[in-house]
Amino acid sequence: MARRKRLRSSGGSAEGDMTPMIDMTFQLIAFFMVLVNFSEVDQNERIRLPLSQLAKPPDAPLPDPITLQLTREGTILLGGQEFSVEQLPVPLRRERQVLENTPGKSVRGATIVIRADMAAKAGIVQEVIRACQDNGFERFALRAKQVAERRPT
Amino acid sequence: MQVRHTQRQGNKIELQMTPMIDIVFQLLVFFIMTFKIVTPEGDFNIRMPIAAPSEGQPDPDLLPPIQVRLQSTGTGHLSAIRMGEKSLGRNFEELNKEIRQIVGPSTGPNVTGAAEIEIDADYALRFEYVMDAITAISGYVGEDGSIITLAEKIKFAPPRKP
Repeated sequence: MARRKRLRSSGGSAEGDMTPMIDMTFQLIAFFMVLVNFSEVDQNERIRLPLSQLAKPPDAPLPDPITLQLTREGTILLGGQEFSVEQLPVPLRRERQVLENTPGKSVRGATIVIRADMAAKAGIVQEVIRACQDNGFERFALRAKQVAERRPT
Repeated sequence: MQVRHTQRQGNKIELQMTPMIDIVFQLLVFFIMTFKIVTPEGDFNIRMPIAAPSEGQPDPDLLPPIQVRLQSTGTGHLSAIRMGEKSLGRNFEELNKEIRQIVGPSTGPNVTGAAEIEIDADYALRFEYVMDAITAISGYVGEDGSIITLAEKIKFAPPRKP
């Protein structure tokens, strides 16, 4: 108390210690930096994925993934464009040509990632798979959201 | 020389903290705004080449695919599960038990993944039920939390157009 009084009386400024605040702020920045996720390319807010207990994130990235998003209305989103099932062969043919013209890549090695809405019709999913098969694609990955418990039916 | 002189006098050089704190808070706000909790997503890998016309005699060691039929109500919800001729009600646990009996776990003596399962779903059935069926067929979570794989070869029957 004596010291503070002396400081104030002598006109010295009482400065707060900034170190703990800066420490905490840097900790927070580090936390958010580690958790930040910019890979939203293959995610779409219109799609509500089905839930599955066994859907574990893959250990290694899928080879040459092509993501098809199936909405509940039955349309397909590919590369930012919306297609109907009947229109889907056109962009698939384009993808196939790109793969065939790229050295070291093949249609058979590419993976079609199907992010279908939980309310999408199973028949549409089957038709999409059929359209991909017609264009030579063989590998499919059906995407689901991971849950801890089995869904009651 | 002048500078040295002032240092000798013991004057403190005060660091300007304000710009740094400004930037740090800007960064903090940016990361808070872009932060999004993303639940993990996983894949069921299915290798399904187009059915080529069979040449010659089929392989006698190759088992015929086990048919899993999923029937839907008018609104797209599940009405019945059938495996072969057996009705399993609407319970995917039952389907999982049946598959376990036929295929056996991957650690067991049975040949894992050899059995091929064909999912034959009604056109209007909601995809979430197909995913439930794939989950029940693919495996189950053991008591220690590890995933025990059952059938790996899953394929879809041609779509049943309404």
